[in-house]
Parts: sequence; structure tokens; C-alpha cells
Amino acid sequence: MKILVCIKQVPDMESRFKPDASGVWFAETDLAFRVNEYDEYAVEQAVLLKEQLGGEPEVTVLSVGADRVVEAIKKGLSMGGDRGVHVQDAAAHLKDSWQVASIIAAYAVGEGFDLILTGLQSQDRGSAQVGVTIAELLDYACATTAVGFEYADGTVTVKRELEGGVKGTVRLKTPAVVTCQLGLNQPRYPTLPNIMKAKKKEVRVIPVAELLHQEQRVAPVEFRAPARKGSAVVLEGELADQVDRLIGILKDKTAVLR
Amino acid sequence: MKFLLIGECREGKLLEYSYELFGFASQAGAETAMLLVGEEGTLPGYGGTVYLADAGKYGEYNPDLHKRLVQAVVERERPDYVVFMHTSYGWDLAPRVAALLKAPQVSEVVALAEGGGFERPCLSQKMRQVVKPQGTPVVLTLQGGAFPALVPGGTPQVQPVDAAGEGKVEFLGYEAAARKGVDLTKAEVIVSVGRGVGKKENIPVIAELARVLGGEVGASRPVVDSGWMDAGNQVGVTGQTVSPKLYVACGISGAIQHLAGMKKSGFIVAINKDKDAPIAGVADVLVVADVMQFVPALTAKLVK
Ligand SMILES: Cc1cc2nc3c(=O)[nH]c(=O)nc-3n(C[C@H](O)[C@H](O)[C@H](O)COP(=O)(O)OP(=O)(O)OC[C@H]3O[C@@H](n4cnc5c(N)ncnc54)[C@H](O)[C@@H]3O)c2cc1C
Ligand SMILES: Nc1ncnc2c1ncn2[C@@H]1O[C@H](COP(=O)(O)O)[C@@H](O)[C@H]1O
Repeated sequence: MKILVCIKQVPDMESRFKPDASGVWFAETDLAFRVNEYDEYAVEQAVLLKEQLGGEPEVTVLSVGADRVVEAIKKGLSMGGDRGVHVQDAAAHLKDSWQVASIIAAYAVGEGFDLILTGLQSQDRGSAQVGVTIAELLDYACATTAVGFEYADGTVTVKRELEGGVKGTVRLKTPAVVTCQLGLNQPRYPTLPNIMKAKKKEVRVIPVAELLHQEQRVAPVEFRAPARKGSAVVLEGELADQVDRLIGILKDKTAVLR
Repeated sequence: MKFLLIGECREGKLLEYSYELFGFASQAGAETAMLLVGEEGTLPGYGGTVYLADAGKYGEYNPDLHKRLVQAVVERERPDYVVFMHTSYGWDLAPRVAALLKAPQVSEVVALAEGGGFERPCLSQKMRQVVKPQGTPVVLTLQGGAFPALVPGGTPQVQPVDAAGEGKVEFLGYEAAARKGVDLTKAEVIVSVGRGVGKKENIPVIAELARVLGGEVGASRPVVDSGWMDAGNQVGVTGQTVSPKLYVACGISGAIQHLAGMKKSGFIVAINKDKDAPIAGVADVLVVADVMQFVPALTAKLVK
């Protein structure tokens, strides 16, 4: 069995974001990067399945992006992935979701993966398109928003999370794509020995030009902070003072404190 | 300009948020038609054309067939835009439709921008991006709550629609939401724990503030997913919807899915070290501080 996990490296969401020179995306200076949260669930699910099947499946961890994404691939390998694929593209952020999906599909088409796991969405772009589009391009079955995953004999049973806490159970046959939702499992922390082992695992580098054959369909034109809707009173400064001011406001504005 | 709106049915009912599609179309000043995989009893209060595919035959969830149904209606109506809600149904089906139609797709639209662009959130809703799709038709998904629900009124002209083929995904059934744990909907005060609280061991400090304020403890989703608190405490689209007199968000960034569950609260206090956290957009007071320093100090002062 061959499993592909697609992971994206995204900036730490607690950072401050400013437009870059293009004006259509964020500047990377001073940002820390990590693995997209949703994709950690995808890696964990692949590794859990590998363990369930006695180590037989081969797990490939792929990321499209600038050289920094190798760090994310290494994290996937230290969680239990077998080999990495880095589709090298310093301008990945300017591709639209359709192009990213086409790039990944162009890689995957000859590889015969039985199962492709992605995140439900990336935290930076958040289009929730790439996984499903890969499935369409490869003509694979696809289930999104997985909070439950079971595999037996070429059949995947996925519990999909719907609105209001309702779930829907679906069954699909491999080859299949499953997009992973938060809470699907408990992503493991890589251990030191596994981090060391990961350093020796193969990471194949493919220049994006070899895989990109599609034109952009959606062009980014602007990037900015949202218009501040709220009118929050912002309390900054010294702790004791903040406490007093908040208590004053609560007494004034709510019936909760007397 | 013509919009094809894709309504949603679940367990034999039209989902209320489908009316936000009409709100969006009216804001854009577009002509409309709707496609619904449902039954006679699920028709919207709308005087236009509703293409109705039989949910008994096609299933409420069967994306490979539903995309063909959309395609069949697109061929008849030739819309400029095919519009879904950004929901578990919409984000699942829209990319399949876009792939089939070779159409551009813009996800989670929150506003119309000048010159045919669309505004959408990015970076966990901290920032906004404006994008311009190239070519028609364009597939859109709308963020829930971004456009007002609008019931146009009237009785639809129903047109049956059919599609052939097999689905690759077999739907086995629904599972109702687990209703256990605390009923936060009746609480007058809720103090909620977010990931910014740092670790499970810190939760008693937050719970103590809730106790002193005579309230209950809520949680954001990652706190539940990491096993720090029970699912019954979760606030948000996939948790409870609450409207206490006072909601205190401790180390919660304010993702749209969390806000959906608490933004109607009477008074909202957010404690966050990040002044730009999106929670500031709904908060009445934003305390810029380390939650684990501020909360114990606040509790101590309240007890005095
Ligand atoms: C389909 C779907 C459904 C979802 N349903 C829900 C739902 O029902 N409810 C829900 O909550 N989420 C839901 N989510 C997840 C949601 O998108 C966010 O990921 C989640 O709400 C983030 O939780 P958080 O704010 O606790 O964590 P984070 O986003 O990680 O934010 C932590 C915050 O704490 C602050 N912080 C960090 N350290 C400190 C400190 N020491 N002192 C003060 N502040 C600090 C940070 O600045 C940050 O703002 C859903 C997501 C999807 C895709
Ligand atoms: N540059 C990328 N490299 C690898 N995987 C990606 C990339 N972008 C998106 N993905 C995958 O597609 C999922 C959905 O992303 P998105 O459509 O951007 O919301 C992510 O969770 C990843 O699994």
C-alpha cells in the first residue's frame, strides 16, 4: 500500500502580518513557520494506518514550496513518514489552489497511491480546495472533513463532521483522498531518536516547472488587514491597573458585578 | 448577471442558511435560480425557478452525482456564478463542480470588492485577501453569516433535474450530536478556555474565575481536541451556541467558527496577548495581557 500525505508549511498565526512587495500576500521577514495544523492530523492518520497494517504501507510526505518547507517535510518524517518529496517552488504562494492541486496531481498520477491524505484546509490560504481537486484530477473517491477514519481491505470508512455537531458516515474504496479535520486523532510529538532518523530519510527534490502545466484561474489582487468592525476598549499597560479598569467597566456595563 | 444558488437539505429539511445565498444575490443585484437535492416539502419561500433533484434517488450527500446535477443545471441556465455556502456540503462539492466545469473557484467569500473581485479571509481570519477569478462561470462559497439571510417569498416554479452515473462515496447515515455535559445555553456568565491558556494544568485557574463570577466554563475547540476539557464544554459552530450576559474569552483567537457560537453574548471580554487577534472584532473589552498572569490577579481582586 502506498500513502501520500500533502503538507503545507504555514506561518505562526500569532504573528503580525504585513504585505510583501507584490502587495498581494504577506512578507516573510521575522516570521516563524510550522506545519499546517490540519496536516498534522493527516500525517498522524497515515502513520497510525501504517502501524495498523504492520508497517507495510509506505508513507510519502510531500510539500510544495520554497526551500524552508523542507523543515515541515522533516517533521512529517520524524512523525513516521518514510520518504519526502519537495516540489521546489519559491513562488508557490502566487499559485492558486487549482495550480497547487494540479502540481500535486501531476506528481501523484504515475505513483499509484492508494490513499492520499490532506488537511481540510490550510491555515494561511484556507481554500479547502486542494485535497478535493487532487481527487477530481486523479479520478479518486474523496471524503472531506474527517473526524473518524477506519480502513480495512481497501475500504475506508470516514466519519464526516457536519454542522451543529451532527456527523455523517460514508464509505469509499481506495484509491481515495481523505481531507482531515481538527480532532481526528492526537498528532504525536516526534521523539529525539525519530528526529535523528528522519535526517537520514530521502527527500526527493522536484523543480515545480516539471509538474506545473496549468494556468492560474484566480488572481490575487490585494492583501490587507480587515476593517476593524469592533469598538473594543483596549486595556494595555500595568497588570494591576488593567484589573482595576476591567472591574470598573464590568460594574458599569454589566449586571454581573455589584 | 445570473447566479445559480445551491441550496442544502439535511434529514428532509431545507437548511436555514441557504437563505443567505439569496441575501448575497440581492446584494450583487443578480438574477437567480436555485438547485436543490431535496423533496417537495423542502422548497424555499422563493418565487423563481427551483431545479429539484429527488433526494430519495440521489441522496442528500452523494457528491459525485450532485456535481453532475449542478452541471446539468449549468448547461440549461448558463449562470455567471454558481454559489454555495462554505459548509461541509459546500466545501466538499464546490471544488468538484469547479473541476468539472474547468471554472475558477473562490472560497469563503465575505464581501464583494470593486471591479469583480471578492474579499475573503486568510491567515486564520486575521487578514483579508481580494482575489479576481478569470473566466466564467465562477464557483463561489460564502462564509456563513457574512451575508444576511433573505427570504424572497413566493412559490417556486419547480423543474425536475436528473443526472446519470454512479457515486464513488456511499453515504451510510447521520449521527446526532452528542448532548452531554453542561448546558451552557442557560449560563449568565461563561469563562472560556482557549489554547492560549497553555496547558491542561492551567485550567483550574480559569475555572476559579468562572466560579467567582458565578458562571460556567466553556472551551474553544483545540482545548477539547487535545483532551483538556470535555466536548460538552465546546462553544462554536460544532459546539454550543451561547448568549450569556458576560462572556470572558481567555486566550482565544476568535476564529469565525468560535465567534459563531458566542458573538451574541451581552458583554464580551477578551484576554489575549495579541492585540490584533480577531476576537477584538467582537469584544467590548480587550485586555492585552498574559492570560495566566491576568486571570489570577483579577480573581484575587474580585474575591476581596
Ligand atoms: C469546520 C470547522 C468547525 C470548527 N468548529 C469550532 C467550534 O465549534 N469552536 C471552536 O472554538 N473552534 C472551532 N473550529 C476551530 C477554529 O477554526 C479555530 O481553530 C479555534 O477556534 C482556535 O481556538 P483557540 O482560539 O483556542 O486557539 P488559537 O487560534 O491557537 O488561539 C490562541 C490565542 O491565544 C493567544 N495567546 C497565546 N498565549 C497567550 C497567553 N499566554 N496569554 C494570552 N493570550 C495568549 C494567542 O494570541 C491566540 O490569539 C472549527 C474549525 C473548522 C474548520
Ligand atoms: N503547498 C502545498 N504543499 C503541499 N500540500 C498542500 C499545499 N497547499 C495545500 N496543500 C494541502 O491541501 C490542503 C488544503 O489546502 P487549501 O486548499 O489551501 O485550504 C492542505 O491542508 C494541505 O494538505
